[in-house]
Amino acid sequence: MLEKALKGKQGYWGWLIFLLVLMGIGFLCYLYQFREGLIVTGMSRDVSWGFYIGQLTYFVGIAAGGVMVVLPYYIHDYKAFGKITILGEFLAISAVLMCFLFVFVDLGNPVRVLNVMMYPTPNSILFWDMIVLNIYMLLNLVIGWNVLTAERKNVPYQKWVKVLIYIAIPWAFSIHTVTAFLYQGLPGRHFWLTAILAARFLASAFASGPALLILICLIVRKVTNFDPGTQQIRTLGGIVAYAMILNVFFCLLELFTAFYSGIPGHQHTWVYFFAGYEGYGRFVPWMWVSAVFAFISLVLLIIPATRRNLDTLGVGCAAVIIATWIDKGLGLVVGGFIPNPFDKVTEYWPTAPEMFISVGVWATGFFVLTILYKIATSVKEEVGA
Amino acid sequence: MGVDRREFLKIAGYAALFGLGGKAAIDILAPGQLEAAMEGVPLTEATRWSMVIRMRNCLEKVEKDGCKECISACHRVHNVPDWGNPKHEIKWIWKEAYQNSFPNHPNEFIDEGINDKPFILLCNHCLNPPCVRVCPTKATFKRPDGIVAMDMHRCIGCRFCMAGCPYGSRSFNWGSPRKAPKELNPDFPTNRDFPERSKGVVEKCNFCVELVAKGQLPVCVETCDKIKVHALNFGDLDDPESNVRRLLRKHYSVRRKPALGTEPNIFYII
Repeated sequence: MLEKALKGKQGYWGWLIFLLVLMGIGFLCYLYQFREGLIVTGMSRDVSWGFYIGQLTYFVGIAAGGVMVVLPYYIHDYKAFGKITILGEFLAISAVLMCFLFVFVDLGNPVRVLNVMMYPTPNSILFWDMIVLNIYMLLNLVIGWNVLTAERKNVPYQKWVKVLIYIAIPWAFSIHTVTAFLYQGLPGRHFWLTAILAARFLASAFASGPALLILICLIVRKVTNFDPGTQQIRTLGGIVAYAMILNVFFCLLELFTAFYSGIPGHQHTWVYFFAGYEGYGRFVPWMWVSAVFAFISLVLLIIPATRRNLDTLGVGCAAVIIATWIDKGLGLVVGGFIPNPFDKVTEYWPTAPEMFISVGVWATGFFVLTILYKIATSVKEEVGA
Repeated sequence: MGVDRREFLKIAGYAALFGLGGKAAIDILAPGQLEAAMEGVPLTEATRWSMVIRMRNCLEKVEKDGCKECISACHRVHNVPDWGNPKHEIKWIWKEAYQNSFPNHPNEFIDEGINDKPFILLCNHCLNPPCVRVCPTKATFKRPDGIVAMDMHRCIGCRFCMAGCPYGSRSFNWGSPRKAPKELNPDFPTNRDFPERSKGVVEKCNFCVELVAKGQLPVCVETCDKIKVHALNFGDLDDPESNVRRLLRKHYSVRRKPALGTEPNIFYII
């Protein structure tokens, strides 16, 4: 089926070349970082994880969010999603790929990365994160490829694939739970030390993953002859609406506990985010933008008329992505480090090389996504024709 | 010394001749030698090394002449890089104001302006260390003698331990440590007692495990004793008759953030 990726219009090749250029720039910046060390990033001894680990967290969510088209089809027998499950699976593959790359570029000593396997350490959550992400990647590759091949040959896929599908569904929940466990089990980081973090991660994942999928579906129906379907997109819109409501609700629960209890440690990061703390407030405008976009998305998604209209639904989904990306990709990781264990503030902002490397990783993810979607939509066009 | 450079090259030469490789070659051509070289630092008698810091002794001296002997001695012996930038600072033992060292004990009416007095901080060598729990490669580990040690040649630089440590006791080599030593140790960069680390690894106070193994005191303690301040007291907490236990019996002491359950082994007598 790979040959499908080699035939395309000018726009397709132009887009791929554009991504390749970004990947090249990112790679050169990575070589620079590899030589000089992580000193070229904005991270410090106080904020020792930054943009890279934030992106890891966000894209684990996107990967897990892909399951929201698979689950209704296989568990609730919602037939309409049958034609787009492949889009969810392929989105998950490229998102997990980005996760791997973001962890890799964050390592101080990347040549030693295999030490994680050579000295397996079950008490480390990072060990389990590696395992669940690798298996999730493998599951989606095998399932996606087999289901698509069967569809192309117009035969039902083999029975063992179905077994893998039923494993992959809870597995999607596991990857984001384990990712939350990276943070929520650390003593002394009050912002992360909260039992609802995993639930909040899942809610934001099931909002942002399907929201991205809706935007991609809207693009797919414009640039290919395959139509994911208006009904399908609307149902996804409903899923995004529920998940985003839960996401905001869980966030408000955090605020209640922090501010009603009056315990300073639980409040500091929230104060830093929305008002500034000890005179530092670099994230204040960003967090307010996130809050405003979350509000806009809720309005557009809850009102039935705007949710059903594909144009306003698209705007609502873009708002969801902006709000959750700032919340999880930018704020969450850095927030855990502010204030530091000495109740002092060291601020963080990514540097230019750090951003170019991140753009390179995004470009790699979208490069793979484009090729996978090209194959999937070509097969769909072929079968449909 | 087990296998020195000359001998290693000789063995490697023979090994190449006979088509042998790696550890097997050394085992056959120099039996037993490699094990001796690989043993690492021998374990010590104690089961829970700890430190009791008498802050009055320390502060008296600091107020007199701004003493920081223990810090410079430690950082010299361990080739600790100095970047001159607090964002990239590497700290094994350092000073921090009382109110920042004990942020969970706020008290604005505490006497003698103690809030701003500098306290001596270092790795707490916790009984229940979160850094060891989170490390994905066992590069940081708890020895049976209670010391939380760090293998800087296994560390992948994921910095999970830095997020896990609630005491800010872990530092990362953001750049190459060769570029930033302030005061060159004569042996730098191949100090035999303390080998050089590469960039991109985490490091911290190791309670001078290499000296303790030889029956000596940690450098900071030795230095403090030498100038007759005796603020830093090193001993086995599991031995009821040890110096540290006697001090803790006689004086009221505190530890940093005890509510987190990490069981720090550094005690402060205020």
